[in-house]
Amino acid sequence: MRNAFVHALEDLAARDSRVMLLTGDLGFTVLERFAERFPDRFVNVGVAEQNMVGLATGLAEAGFVPFVYSIGTFASLRPYEFIRNGPLLHMLPVRVVGVGAGLDYGHNGVTHYSLEDIAVMRAQPDMTVVAPADAAQAIAALRATATITGPIYFRIGKADLPVPGLDGRFELGRLQVLAAGADVALLALGSAASEAAQARELLAARGISAALAVVSSVQPAPIDDLVELLEDLPLAVTVESHYRTGGLGSLTAEVIAESALSCRLVRQAVEVMPRGSTGSLSSLNDAHGLSARSIASRVEGELLREPSREAASGWQEPARALARGETV
Amino acid sequence: MCATQADQAGLAQDVPSGGARDATVAASKALDFQGRPPAGVLSGQIRRTILEQSKRAGVGHIGSALSIADLLAVLFGGALRVPDVEDPERDRLVLSKGHAALALYAALHATGWLSSEALASFCTDGSPIATHPEHVVRGVDFSTGSLGQGLSYAVGAALAARIQNSPRRAFALLSDAECNEGATWEAAMFAAHHKLGNMIAIVDVNGQQALGYTCDVLDLSPMSERWTAFGWDAHDVDGHDLETLGQVLDGLPVSGRPQVVLARTIFGKGVSYMENTIAWHYLPMSDLQYEMALSELEDGTA
Repeated sequence: MRNAFVHALEDLAARDSRVMLLTGDLGFTVLERFAERFPDRFVNVGVAEQNMVGLATGLAEAGFVPFVYSIGTFASLRPYEFIRNGPLLHMLPVRVVGVGAGLDYGHNGVTHYSLEDIAVMRAQPDMTVVAPADAAQAIAALRATATITGPIYFRIGKADLPVPGLDGRFELGRLQVLAAGADVALLALGSAASEAAQARELLAARGISAALAVVSSVQPAPIDDLVELLEDLPLAVTVESHYRTGGLGSLTAEVIAESALSCRLVRQAVEVMPRGSTGSLSSLNDAHGLSARSIASRVEGELLREPSREAASGWQEPARALARGETV
Repeated sequence: MCATQADQAGLAQDVPSGGARDATVAASKALDFQGRPPAGVLSGQIRRTILEQSKRAGVGHIGSALSIADLLAVLFGGALRVPDVEDPERDRLVLSKGHAALALYAALHATGWLSSEALASFCTDGSPIATHPEHVVRGVDFSTGSLGQGLSYAVGAALAARIQNSPRRAFALLSDAECNEGATWEAAMFAAHHKLGNMIAIVDVNGQQALGYTCDVLDLSPMSERWTAFGWDAHDVDGHDLETLGQVLDGLPVSGRPQVVLARTIFGKGVSYMENTIAWHYLPMSDLQYEMALSELEDGTA
């Protein structure tokens, strides 16, 4: 997704001479081509993310559209106050590109996991927050937001596999429904869509009908779409490689509460700070309940607790088996 | 507390001003600044406005504002190339020590860019004109208030000018205590590495910060050597000597290095009971104090 995004950024820079790319000394093998094509509009600012955002503020005030690039935590948390008092306060078109969604950086450990970036970014009323699910959607999101005059945060995951059925669709303020379903809605934040889609298949094999939607336009939030999707469903399960507070689960809770929906909500997210817990992304997804199997298992378990559904269909037996520790 | 003001600031007393004077540019000579009051007049007006408005609003930060009155007088008296505050090719000014916003508003008012009505709204409910500057106010290029951010904005503005082949320059007015902030030095390194000769920082070296003298809180000495070690040309100047300040700012060398003017100032300058007194970082004036301050100002500017 990174490469696709940066290549699309090259196209944008070729058309729009205001586009600049600043990096905090990261992006090996990803940024070189941009640097070669646009040497006057590429700056490696060094390992100094606060200054990078401050520079971008001064550049944007003079008419540039600077993209500032780093690993998600370093792009969002270290310069957070600069982002707030710079691009946000001045309403300037600075694009913060945070690479690595949630646990993506696996073996690099917790300093590299972006687990609260969505929470802190969507806390800012004027920040557009975008978390693409795959490469094609990242490109579409870049294009769809090119003319926004305020700042944008892009959460760019490392996953390269396309999400089936998404087909590069993106629209600000909308979610993308990948499949309809009658028993539960799975809502995936950006690149969590891949595991969520596989979880849906596992559930289907168990006779559970799950709707599946991708939320990549976090802010503006797809409020109307969420209401429409959830108003007739008993259960929504949000799936996100992010802490439980402040991300897609919280956003969905806000929509359910403020629209007075009867839909119950389960937030599948990272519950604890993963101290001393590193590994491959798949092992981390397993450990934090974000793999397809653990998502499916959680959904089944939660549906078992849904009294109105128990009487209505016959799927509860396999879910009970799963609750006893058997594999799905 | 430290022995002398210069010691507090980590500056030697009698350092000659200016650097390599052989390669100077007659900075603002070619531009038309007709109608702009001279620095000597501006400085008195700025001080008076600071006293009047802070008294009316009942707010502090008076000493910090008085400290830079002369610096702003020289900048707005001609050192800044600002034919109009909405001219995109104007020099940019970042008041990085945002807590002295009243001095900036006073300068904008004295030069006619801020109306008396707008100035009179200082610290009234709903006004954008308050104790820290907001860019939504005409003549304010950048919003500040969180120390340590302004130099980065200015360096970005200087980089933009270079990429755009514009002769405009970027000024940042910092407090000395603001150099406690690590991000200030990130920006300093960047400007030097990229040889941004159009970047001019002015440090208001008054030797004081909110809770004490800088030498007691977090020692900044030797200030000049720190900046030169970071690749800047440093110019030590008496921050209340209008003539020398003007000469230094108009004669900054074109060295390919960013320029920093270390302006030795007196906190609360012009009001005797405020000068070099920590408490006047925050205190508002009583009626009696206000009368005393005004009369001292009259005497000083008579």
